[in-house]
Amino acid sequence: MSAVGDAAERALETAPAASPFGAWQAVAWSLARDLRIAVRTRAELGVQLLFYVIVIMLFPLSVGPEPALLRAIGPGVAWVAALLAVLLSLPRLFAADFADGSLEQMGASAFPLPALITGKVAAHWIATGAPLVLLSPVLALPFGLSGEESAILALGLLLGTGILSLLGAIGAALTLGVRGGGALLALLVLPLSAPVLIFGAGAVDAVRAGLSPWPQFSLLAAGLLLAIVGAPFAASAAVRIALD
Amino acid sequence: MTGINWFKYSAPSAFYPLAVRSVPWFAAIAAVLAAIGLYLGFAVAPTDAQQGEAYRIIFIHVPAAWMSMFIYVVMAGWCALSLVFNTRLSAMMAQALAPTGAWFTFIALWTGAFWGKPTWGTYWAWDARMTSELILLFLYFGYIALRNAIDDPRRADRASALLALVGVVNVPIIYFSVKWWNTLHQGASVSVTAAPTMAKIMLVTMLIMALAAWAYTIAVALKRVQAIILERERNAGWVGALATA
Repeated sequence: MSAVGDAAERALETAPAASPFGAWQAVAWSLARDLRIAVRTRAELGVQLLFYVIVIMLFPLSVGPEPALLRAIGPGVAWVAALLAVLLSLPRLFAADFADGSLEQMGASAFPLPALITGKVAAHWIATGAPLVLLSPVLALPFGLSGEESAILALGLLLGTGILSLLGAIGAALTLGVRGGGALLALLVLPLSAPVLIFGAGAVDAVRAGLSPWPQFSLLAAGLLLAIVGAPFAASAAVRIALD
Repeated sequence: MTGINWFKYSAPSAFYPLAVRSVPWFAAIAAVLAAIGLYLGFAVAPTDAQQGEAYRIIFIHVPAAWMSMFIYVVMAGWCALSLVFNTRLSAMMAQALAPTGAWFTFIALWTGAFWGKPTWGTYWAWDARMTSELILLFLYFGYIALRNAIDDPRRADRASALLALVGVVNVPIIYFSVKWWNTLHQGASVSVTAAPTMAKIMLVTMLIMALAAWAYTIAVALKRVQAIILERERNAGWVGALATA
């Protein structure tokens, strides 16, 4: 009874929003806003990139400088480091806006919240995911990856980091203002990102085995499309739960 | 009156007495079936020609593995109900099922390791089923941890329900990705599916044990949900009446 009433009320609230405030407008607005914030806090982003580089550098130091071994683990190392770097950057996605009340204003605005979140995630990916993709061929060099393998790795990261940002947005929204948020976020997001890791690193392995990497890329692209369609709605539901 | 009004039981106050009455029945069914199953499994079923006596662990392992996956789906179903209808009891049922699901996942992994040592010669292989079962265990842990991290029970209900739904969409993706990864990496060095056709008595025993695990799950979940209801409805009048009665 009350649930039906609530739903009807919510439908009334959001219905007029459709005409004057379009979803694409909302995506563009929040994308531009978050990119502006990213540019102004670029020192923080630089630290995250350094984290990525340092994690990768730790592997030769820990497993030894054997070239054959490094070449074998190179793609996997790049992927795990990318996953950790994205994970480290996820709290930035909502935490500051949640703390200063902007997120509540977004929730109350006439723009659809999933569209605003889509823009935020896109900005997050441009600020944190894209630099990892651009940096990966350089970091593949000390692991002895060939040019083709580096290109495959970068292409996989290009598709995969997008999924990680989108999946991570759900986890970041669920852990908003929750005790032990950082470790909990890792527990929620890491198991769900196993397929991304498998297909991303698997693409390089396929090329090494003389196979085509396209099945892996197709699956990653399918996952990215699924995440683009589904994750903003799940994340927006999670944000609404946190705002209650 | 055209039968039982099931919606009556969506109220914790109406469901609580039903749960109290049902637990002994399901517990008894579980005990009897487990006794029959264990007797058949350890005394009647013949020794396996290839695996010797070690195979008998499957009478625990297979039902546990089935339940671990089944409980996650049931839990996600309750979570969906709780999000759609905004019913407290659905969320409480999901909360009550999670620890049992995690235990069955753990038991499946543990018994699998003990079966693997004499049969495959290793406690752990990066087999597709084992790896996805391990990831399932982490999904259960994530669900339980998120619930415990949020103080407000209604917010915990909704946040963990959303997580369980995201998880249930991912479980098949994880399973197939791990399966494909596994075939790409190590080929068919270890094959579980190529087992010879199972003797009828073994299959029957396994099904009896699975039903026992099912009844046990219902009994334990209903017992746990009683505690959850009492804890969360402690300020309600009927709980006070229950305490003074």
